[in-house]
Amino acid sequence: MTLEPRSERNTMLLNLGPSHPAMHGTVRIMVELDGERILNSEVEIGYLHRGFEKTCENRTYFNLLPYTDRLNYVSPLINNAGYALAMEKLLGIEAPERAQYIRVLMCELSRISDHLTSVAAMGMECGAFTVFFYMMKAREYIWDVIEFTTGARMTASYIRIGGVRADLHPDYRAALEKAVRETRKVLKDVHGLLDGNKIFLDRTKGLGALTPEEAVSYGWTGPCLRSTGIRYDVRKARPYLVYDRMDFDVPLGANGDNFDRYMVRMMELDQSLRIVEQTAAAMPPRAPIAVGDRRYVEPSEAIRVSRSQRVIGPVRLSPNLEGSEKDVYRDIQAADRRWTLPPKEDAYTTMEGLIDHFLFFMKGRGIRPPKGEVYFSVEGGNGELGYYIVSDGTDRPYRLHLRAPCFHVVSALERLIKGRYVADVIPTFGSLNMIGGELDR
Amino acid sequence: MRPERVIGNLEKRFPGEIVEASKDGEDLVLVIRPEALLRIMGSLKGPPYSYKLLLDLTCVDFRRDAGAFEMVYHLYSLDANGRVRVKVRLPADAPLLDSLAGLWRNANWLEREVYDMFGVVFRGHPDLKRILMYDGFEGFPLRKDYPLRRRQPKAVKGNST
Amino acid sequence: MSENYLTTKIEDALGWARKFSLFHYPFITACCGMEYMSTACAHFDLDRFGAGLTRFSPRQADLLLVVGTITMKLAPVLRTVYDQMAEPKWVVAFGTCTVSGGIYDNYAVVQGIDTIIPVDVYIPGCPPRPETVLDGFLKLQEKIRHQKQEWRCGRKE
Repeated sequence: MTLEPRSERNTMLLNLGPSHPAMHGTVRIMVELDGERILNSEVEIGYLHRGFEKTCENRTYFNLLPYTDRLNYVSPLINNAGYALAMEKLLGIEAPERAQYIRVLMCELSRISDHLTSVAAMGMECGAFTVFFYMMKAREYIWDVIEFTTGARMTASYIRIGGVRADLHPDYRAALEKAVRETRKVLKDVHGLLDGNKIFLDRTKGLGALTPEEAVSYGWTGPCLRSTGIRYDVRKARPYLVYDRMDFDVPLGANGDNFDRYMVRMMELDQSLRIVEQTAAAMPPRAPIAVGDRRYVEPSEAIRVSRSQRVIGPVRLSPNLEGSEKDVYRDIQAADRRWTLPPKEDAYTTMEGLIDHFLFFMKGRGIRPPKGEVYFSVEGGNGELGYYIVSDGTDRPYRLHLRAPCFHVVSALERLIKGRYVADVIPTFGSLNMIGGELDR
Repeated sequence: MRPERVIGNLEKRFPGEIVEASKDGEDLVLVIRPEALLRIMGSLKGPPYSYKLLLDLTCVDFRRDAGAFEMVYHLYSLDANGRVRVKVRLPADAPLLDSLAGLWRNANWLEREVYDMFGVVFRGHPDLKRILMYDGFEGFPLRKDYPLRRRQPKAVKGNST
Repeated sequence: MSENYLTTKIEDALGWARKFSLFHYPFITACCGMEYMSTACAHFDLDRFGAGLTRFSPRQADLLLVVGTITMKLAPVLRTVYDQMAEPKWVVAFGTCTVSGGIYDNYAVVQGIDTIIPVDVYIPGCPPRPETVLDGFLKLQEKIRHQKQEWRCGRKE
């Protein structure tokens, strides 16, 4: 609702943001105050609207993958997974089993990183700087694991249509165990610092509460909805990837206030760590690589030799293609060459591989799904992250729409802070976990 | 409630308003007439269907092919774990539709976004103004005739509004 | 007053003091904010370089660290924040979205903040690794150390 200063009352208009340390980026909250009590407020968003949906209409289905990373940028691999799964539903293909387990592992690591960042930011804004430093330390270990395999700490563009880009790093288990151990230590510390902390409890208990009916009416999903007591988790309601084989609980809150949202996220961190351990233990083995004296052929020599005869030996690929060799390709990418890239060795040495490679990237060709539309949702860090893709048969999407979970969560902010003090805005807003890239797209 | 029963019930209660009904996997897809939007949505929200969660509300610009905007609504039922997609076609020269802000509270912001991006006007919306672009922006960016790279810098007047 | 031994030594001292006590204002918008958080925290400590103290008001800061995409809607705010800072001030463009608009070449994104405010150091990357950020800070420190320091009252440029 629009704010106008009322002339008959002695009220003050205060502007929080858009550049504000506690505004998680860029949200502007204009409040009308009577002393310190908020009478009315107006939340203005759109300061990070980067034209994602319009840009995607001008990119091919393969090219727009990096744009999906930058939506919910604290859990980028979940956005990748959502897009890849929506496209796989549209195309009617499925990724190999090992790729699905790897996807679950990466999604849960991203979810851990999302919740760590959210609780850390909420703590920092309430003044608990130590919580922020501890959780950032744990997040670094998680990002190390992601970086070993994908090559990037954050925006990885790793989960592709048809599978994943590369296989897990051979030494990932040591890094993963260290990350899980450190995260558990940090969680124990943060529980000790915040759960019984009188200042934190005063600022979060009983504030920012929403009844379950109102939460559903506002379209809330994810941890915010579960904190009101409604059990809705897309991983359980409509299981995707291999979540139906994993054993995990869905923590619920009781009151729907700030403290419950914080607690639900902390408990979900435990559950995500459980899923990570189960995935690592149940990971299907990769295809056995033939042992023996294998002489690696340099790419230039392989290309030269392949002009006259078939190349037998393995081709030494450049280090940034590590993990996507032909031997492991069967485990990480679906076999249908219309929708996935051929392995590099084939592109170097066989005519069919070269043709597949070029047809994949040529303008007007590549991934051209049949005409139709699809809506697919995954459980993002904030709730149901849905992709609605309309395809008209060409190589570019006709319309790509993201169902952003925090758009609905933040739309309730005006209702949550009405009648409260200015100081209550900060923990309330922090507990909602607004991510600008997802909110404004 | 199973999708087939939902279709059967709705066709009995609203004869002639449902243009098309189909299934997309486990989800139900309905195309309805714009005049019946409020009535059908109201009955979908209440018992016995109970699609209480408005997941999403968006628009697609089909003016080049079909001469119409197509509004797409996704509803979800927590009790029955069922999803329905409702589509409404609006004529290109008169994109006017009833607002669902009275039924679902998140429809408020969602409809503002559709107005901002496509120019669809919602009757009965409490406060229909731009949400993602700044006030004073000309044009509707997600329409197909708006070029991606058109620059419209905001005038910097020295105060931050 | 002409340049002599005393004024050059004073300028050296000022440059040394200014470069090791940067109070930055992080104008954070988007994904680069996550890498900023990593740089500022324990693993890749920014405090080692004297720049760890974050000022949350532009009036108390001398370094405007623009982190993340700047949209047309936010551009006047950025300009206002820059104008509110007192001299001497420096601007660091953190991330390719601030350097040149990044991967977003469309109706809503400012194609590089140097169209609005003068920039001293550009740190590319999407997002830049913390080591890159620290390298950018070191370059900024070199620049501050060697530039002409503004310290004489009433002097007009």
